[in-house]
Amino acid sequence: MACISPDGSPTETGTRMLRALSSGLGYPEEIAQDTGIPLFRVRSGLRELNKAGLASQNNDRHEITEKGAKLIE
Amino acid sequence: MEEINKQIISLPRLGEPAPGFEAITTDGVLKLEDYKGGWLILFSHPADFTPVCTTEFIAFAEIYPELQKRGVELLGLSVDSVSSHIAWVRNVEEKTGVKIPFPIIADLDKEVSMLYGMIHPGQSKTETVRCVFIIDHNQIIRAILYYPLTTGRNMDEIIRIIDCLQTTDEHRVATPANWQPGEEVIIPQPATQEGAEERLKQDYECIDWYLCKKKL
Repeated sequence: MACISPDGSPTETGTRMLRALSSGLGYPEEIAQDTGIPLFRVRSGLRELNKAGLASQNNDRHEITEKGAKLIE
Repeated sequence: MEEINKQIISLPRLGEPAPGFEAITTDGVLKLEDYKGGWLILFSHPADFTPVCTTEFIAFAEIYPELQKRGVELLGLSVDSVSSHIAWVRNVEEKTGVKIPFPIIADLDKEVSMLYGMIHPGQSKTETVRCVFIIDHNQIIRAILYYPLTTGRNMDEIIRIIDCLQTTDEHRVATPANWQPGEEVIIPQPATQEGAEERLKQDYECIDWYLCKKKL
């Protein structure tokens, strides 16, 4: 259930997490609650999204980046 | 004089922080800290596509909903590759209809296995034995089980240990032999003479001052 496919596009789980970030949710716990994705998968997924430049982290809060937002338009 | 070169490995112990790791799994890269705040059962199996392990994985999948009710996640491990894990869980689903709902670490370099003392050369120099590490929400090791290669694990006992530990944490009690939820629990024994005398005056079911039980 990784969030990024080998071709660099978000997987179904990655897309759900990007949508959650886009709706203003920023903490792993609230993303897990909103999406139903287990917390450990949200945490590892956010790491992947951050690494791919689709999300960014400020302290414990995460935000979708412009690049991430374009992918779920 | 012949030099004897022995590697001394410190094994994780009860009450100590679980060793941190970052590992490649069937769900991507996972770190121990990803599980913080919830309970985790980290367990190893000798190899994919082997008979006892297959029965165990089906059994772990069957108790997964019960574990989730208790806030517990499962994380498997063997020294096989991710491709092997994926092929095996797909085969299990195809042949038995059981979907494996939890990730499995592909510990090809044995990094996590060595960290947790999962390889017992007397049993096998290349495969992990059947270990179970129960790790709590603070990432402290609360229980460790080791089973030999030929003995499949008892899932009822694993759930029972979780119930015992969570009941102990919530109510500050201990649990007697073969305890099951709903049964009487043991009140921690008094540490002073005064406490012992007072204990017998209280409305508990006591064999003597050091063994008193109550219903929760």
